[in-house]
Amino acid sequence: MTEPRPPEGEGPAPAATSVVIAFRLNGRRVETLAPVRLTAAELLRDQLGLTGTKVSCGIQVCGACTVLVDGAPASSCCLLAVDLDGTEVVTVEGLAQGRELHPVQEAFAAANALQCGYCTPGFVMMTVALLAADPRPDRAAVREWLDGNLCRCTGYAPIETAVILAAERTAP
Amino acid sequence: MTGQPEAAPVPDPARPPRRDAWDKVTGRARYASDAAMANMAHAAVVRADRAHACIVAINADEARRAPGVIGVITADDLGDLGRRFGHIVCDHPILAEDKVRYYGEPVAAVVAETPHEAADAAERVWVDYEDLEALTTAADALASETLIHEESYAGPERGFLGVKPKADTDNAAHRAELGWGDVDAALAAAEAVVETSAAFPLVYGYAMETYNALADWQPGGLHVVSTAQHPLMVRKELARIFSLPLAAVRVEVPYIGGGYGSKSYTKLEPLAAAASWATGRPVRVDTDVEGAMHTTRADGAHVTVRTGFDSEGRITARAIDIVFDTGAYADNSPLVLTKSVNRCFGPYRVPNLRVRGTAVYTNTTPASSYRGFGAPQGALAGEMNMDMAADRLGIDPTELRRRNLLEPGGTVISGKRGLDADLTADLDAVAAELDRHAGRGHEPGVRRGRAVAVTASDAGASPISTAQVRMHADGSVTLLTSSTEMGQGSRTALAQIVARQMGVAAAAVAVGQSDTLYTPFEWTTGASRTTTVVGLAVKAACEDLWRKLRAMAAESAGIDPDEATSGGGSIQVAGADLAPAAVIREWFGADAGEAVGIGVVRGHGETALLPPFWEIGAVGVEVAVDETTGEVTVEHLVTVGDVGHAIEPDLVKGQDLGAATQGLGIALWEEMVYEGEQLTNPNLIEYRVPRFTDMPRRITSVLAERGDGAGPYGAKGAGEGALNPVPAAVAAAVGRAVGVWPTELPLTPARVWALLRSAAETEAAGLAKPPTAAGGAAPSTVRGPAAE
Ligand code: FES
Ligand code: FES
Repeated sequence: MTEPRPPEGEGPAPAATSVVIAFRLNGRRVETLAPVRLTAAELLRDQLGLTGTKVSCGIQVCGACTVLVDGAPASSCCLLAVDLDGTEVVTVEGLAQGRELHPVQEAFAAANALQCGYCTPGFVMMTVALLAADPRPDRAAVREWLDGNLCRCTGYAPIETAVILAAERTAP
Repeated sequence: MTGQPEAAPVPDPARPPRRDAWDKVTGRARYASDAAMANMAHAAVVRADRAHACIVAINADEARRAPGVIGVITADDLGDLGRRFGHIVCDHPILAEDKVRYYGEPVAAVVAETPHEAADAAERVWVDYEDLEALTTAADALASETLIHEESYAGPERGFLGVKPKADTDNAAHRAELGWGDVDAALAAAEAVVETSAAFPLVYGYAMETYNALADWQPGGLHVVSTAQHPLMVRKELARIFSLPLAAVRVEVPYIGGGYGSKSYTKLEPLAAAASWATGRPVRVDTDVEGAMHTTRADGAHVTVRTGFDSEGRITARAIDIVFDTGAYADNSPLVLTKSVNRCFGPYRVPNLRVRGTAVYTNTTPASSYRGFGAPQGALAGEMNMDMAADRLGIDPTELRRRNLLEPGGTVISGKRGLDADLTADLDAVAAELDRHAGRGHEPGVRRGRAVAVTASDAGASPISTAQVRMHADGSVTLLTSSTEMGQGSRTALAQIVARQMGVAAAAVAVGQSDTLYTPFEWTTGASRTTTVVGLAVKAACEDLWRKLRAMAAESAGIDPDEATSGGGSIQVAGADLAPAAVIREWFGADAGEAVGIGVVRGHGETALLPPFWEIGAVGVEVAVDETTGEVTVEHLVTVGDVGHAIEPDLVKGQDLGAATQGLGIALWEEMVYEGEQLTNPNLIEYRVPRFTDMPRRITSVLAERGDGAGPYGAKGAGEGALNPVPAAVAAAVGRAVGVWPTELPLTPARVWALLRSAAETEAAGLAKPPTAAGGAAPSTVRGPAAE
């Protein structure tokens, strides 16, 4: 670590402050010191080592960074880490039960609903949220729900198949 | 040939998922963006805020004193490192030297403990400029006396694949020509001459993982983890910049979050490596979407095609002019231009041809490879020209193409491989599917149009590839290749080839990631070459492995190597049938050891003739245009994947749909817009890519498997073919729907609305009949006003 030189005259702004936050992450309690400017995605990826959550557009357009906060989908690129305080967060790493994949993960694998895979965690999380809200979505509902997730590789059709497949396997 | 008239491919439960599926659905897949090193620092890039200017001074004192900052690096801090890169034309400074040549060009790098500290300090670097004339279009650059590059980069030993830097200095980055016969005489004698001009937009590849690199310089060695599609090309440039032996430069490429050609060749790696060298720390450089759009885009183009026809509708001559907007640095554009010249006149019999291409430096983001590699640019004007000709000649557009398409084995360009495809059959398949589901009836306020388009690309790049297969003592196999996995599923397909050749289950084949420290030489991962060219290297490696196993078995049995044979997945020695694993264990005298096979492909034997294969694009679209809004909906998309043999059919269809969807993006939405010196839409709100709800209402994906490729089992490449003709097909279909041929893409609602207006005016004035589904009078070519 190089010591920053002391500021002279009108020097740089004072260092950002941090806040201790506590939340549940994939079922486990986490307590950590979060700089106030840190995004939830940065906290998850850089500080907690959960790199499954991806960042692409950075402005809430692509959905790659989608996580569930208290069950609702959220773009972690545009959410401050400190706002996770007191919440229940699920990321793509929290879906599988031991060696058993979550049915949505199973369906994405079975339907070849991925190529490069960079969009996949975001789509998987959004699909989990969709099926929680609407266990038997029709194709129009799938398109509507997933219109906020971009995929540059697949042309979307295989993802639609995966979502329908997951719904068939999980609907009551 | 198998047709499948439904949208999404239904999973085949008998087929195991692709081998990266588990990694990718669990979030465990590791990309360069996830890579970290102990004691890693972060660099933020200071970018030029003007398009063309001399750098007078850079003041970084304030930034150097900012919290967490380790160092600020400018071109002056690069010591005895090589200053520039560029595999064809070495024109691209790692950091701008005396001047900047585009808005967004890297001028300095600020290295700090955290990304936030680096970004904050980067805003405290002050650069004084003296503005020069900014040339942001190819037309301006060609007309101006102002030079974007004052020097020539020519020299002995310079160049790449026979493409040499120019010796003269003007704003042309490269020129390429192709031709034969007497075009002027043929055009003068033609029954009809049809001319088409079309503008292809500046397009950003948008791989969802944006460009990034992590570098660790140590005395005598360099280790880089990056998003490079071609790690061996990057290794070569880094070795030169740092004066290191090739072996001392390690380029590791984990999963790539989308490439599509946009991550070909060297991007951020020299900057990350120089920052590591300057600070003595491992350094990460990341880009956001804005930074990525300031790194590389695809070549924009203005193309003019004049085609002469005889009274039967046969082409007598084509004269084509291609002008590329190549941006501030050449990168791979000279090669893209050369390919565009080869690919623009269509897979047609053209007795007289003249193609002239110029790639022009402009003060915009440098352009390079992108899926299709010059083919979509040429096809836009070239294929629309066939539709316009069909109307002029009163011939159905599919029939006009049929009369001119090259037959299987036909010569596209003399001296090159004959056409290894049946284009007429492909086109007929497209037309049949398109007709079968043609929208019927009349919906008020909606206009419909249909069109087909065909392309053939000299693909496969250079046939240089090496592969290594290592069979272990239990008979399982590890395949080592430097081919990168960016989603195309190559690890799955290549493992399949090993499994077939060695007679083992695919589950018993492991495929590693590309890492130049361990994996053998690979030319590139691009040009749709992996299954064909790498596939051949893998096959050759397996053959070599069988040879080794026979020799081992013979030695163990004390017989002559020629007396051992192999077949049916085993070795036959003295009447006994031995499993390969048993041969290995016997030879080593323990339950241990391994046998290694090496496979090499070079311009020799099956791959002596270039290109390794012709990549076919054959597509059709039906569009619906909303008369009040100008909005275009894709009602039906038909693609034919003419791949010779589909080793993994679902993966091929996935490639086709993905490629075609990117083609739809170019046709309808995607365009980098410059206003004055500045890129005005460097984000994904204003740069619009295809979304879920844009999916064509119906998708028909057909595979044509005729075993006519030079690859394993008659395979040919896929991945680009289905993009190449799509912009042209959409433009022609929209032209048919609205009654005026478009002259520029993308066909945004504003542009289509303007086309509808000009069609109405033309009709009202009774000037000409609009384009029709088949036949009719000469269409009017009205230039659409620039939208926005
Ligand atoms: S990265 Fe968060 S929405 Fe795109
Ligand atoms: S699989 Fe690559 S972006 Fe969706």
